[in-house]
Amino acid sequence: MPLNREPNIADPDGFYQELIESQRELSDQQADMLSAKLVLILANHVGDREVLREAIALARANTLAHAAAAQ
Amino acid sequence: MSKSYTYPEFPYRQSDAQREGRVERHPLVVIGAGPIGLSVALDCAQRGIPVLLLDDNNTVSVGSRAVCYAKRPLEIWDRLGVAAPLVDKGVRWHVGKVFLEDELIYRFDLLPEGGHKMPAMINLQQYYVEQTLVDACEAHPQITIGWKHKLVALAQQADHAQLTVQTPDGRYQLLADWVIACDGANSDTRRMVGANFTGQFFEDRFLIADVVLKAPPQPAQGAQRLGSEPERWFWFDPPFHRGQSVLLHKQCDDVWRIDFQLGRDADPEAEKRPERVIPRIQAMLGPELPFELEWVSVYQFACRRIDNFRYGRVIFAGDAAHQVSPFGARGANTGIQDVDNLGWKLKLVLDGSAPEALIDSFHEERAFAADDNLLNSTRSTDFISPKSPASLRLRNAVLELASDQPFARPLINSGRLSTPTPYLHSSLNTPDEEPFSGPMKPGTNCADAPLRRRGRKVWLLDLLNAVQGPAGGFTLLVFGPRLANPVVSAGGVKARVLSVSDEIEDAEGLLAQRYDAKPGTVYLIRPDQHVAARWRGFDTARIQAALRRCTATH
Repeated sequence: MPLNREPNIADPDGFYQELIESQRELSDQQADMLSAKLVLILANHVGDREVLREAIALARANTLAHAAAAQ
Repeated sequence: MSKSYTYPEFPYRQSDAQREGRVERHPLVVIGAGPIGLSVALDCAQRGIPVLLLDDNNTVSVGSRAVCYAKRPLEIWDRLGVAAPLVDKGVRWHVGKVFLEDELIYRFDLLPEGGHKMPAMINLQQYYVEQTLVDACEAHPQITIGWKHKLVALAQQADHAQLTVQTPDGRYQLLADWVIACDGANSDTRRMVGANFTGQFFEDRFLIADVVLKAPPQPAQGAQRLGSEPERWFWFDPPFHRGQSVLLHKQCDDVWRIDFQLGRDADPEAEKRPERVIPRIQAMLGPELPFELEWVSVYQFACRRIDNFRYGRVIFAGDAAHQVSPFGARGANTGIQDVDNLGWKLKLVLDGSAPEALIDSFHEERAFAADDNLLNSTRSTDFISPKSPASLRLRNAVLELASDQPFARPLINSGRLSTPTPYLHSSLNTPDEEPFSGPMKPGTNCADAPLRRRGRKVWLLDLLNAVQGPAGGFTLLVFGPRLANPVVSAGGVKARVLSVSDEIEDAEGLLAQRYDAKPGTVYLIRPDQHVAARWRGFDTARIQAALRRCTATH
């Protein structure tokens, strides 16, 4: 099964609010640690190495493209 | 320096050739009398090749250095007849524990199944290993050791190499049909042939301290950080060494190996001084526990390998061919497996029973294994010693999650311990034509199994050695009654039959289980106890074809 790139989250505003809320009263360092843990928790849930590889590649390509555009 | 061990001094003897000014030609010269050079000398000599072994020094390894020896190298040393004293002397262990601060977060067991003659792992100081191997080599009539013989120049000819050797009596020349260079990570021989040795360097510095405890540790003295059973203990960020990792191993003679990560900015000279080392150990073990420092070393490491294991008549093995980080005990262990792979090939080529192409399969198979080791070693290093703050954050996220979330524990990499790399894609393998299940695919080293011969317990690997004899050869492991013709030949290469039936009995059924064997199943086993081919029935023509393939005789 390829990486699902279609919108897939019911109530996107509610989800995003929960994500932001999870960082409440955390330092930047703690929030970064939380994000790292979230990646690991969700990666383990997905499990499928092909899907994970595609997701990692997408995140990296998107980051590099935006970094290049900003210069 | 050492409190628990007296270093032997081996006598220098001038060779007759040097004294008389003769240029002698040798079938095989081995450079370097470390664990790999000594083992390859022993292996080749037992196969009937006269060996001249040269070493620029005259004693064994200074300091304990390589301390962990895994099951497969022990099996190889058992074939060479030297494993028993090592296993008797060594400290057996199979459990590893990983701590975050002082909390146990992960535990592994190296030997989840029984029915193997050799233990999963022993810890033994390298000087004991070398001394045992030196004794065996000195006792072997086919081996001459030249202590204080330093190779200073090497020139290659079409069918031999010319060596210039420096001794206390000056320089002399000798010729060698083949040279095996086992002169370590800083191999001079490698520079002489102009080989590339490239890879990744790591900036972190580590401190090794070998500590002799004078009395049994008491828990009140910090002994909870030593353990009652010999186990591998690894700490991330312990309270006694904040922000870094620490590794602990027990060796024999009450010597404990403690490995402190120091970071990138540590001053290697300052960190070696006892006034710096002793407080680190006291912080770990408590100020009351009496100990002596036996050996201290500060090191950095690299993960790299030679571009080709063979340059003309010069073959590279051990650290001269590949260098790994210490996490995972992959250095000496993989070097001994180089030895296992090379001896029988060299013997067949020297006898004219196989073409030189068989020597090239040494590079094919052992470079493949080296790359696998390098990959594992680099991955462990990236986890233990993250290269950037972002990598450090991910690593710490794994550790923090793992303390109460079991799913994260398999991600913890404190060094995956050495296991053999099967040569699954080797050109010497004959691919399966019939269905088999289980791990014993062509290119895999033979799993041991307990058997009974006339009611007495024997081991498969011992039987393979006995069938092959000290010179070594191929074996046909046949599941079923004994055959009228117990030998199959192809060219100058023979395979002798070992039948598992009434005389040799698979009483526990473990052999059949491990090899997915049914009545009639046949395994063709190489002289280094690796599977070359397997079938569901005995077919002489197919066995001969597999023998030719496995000796690069097409």
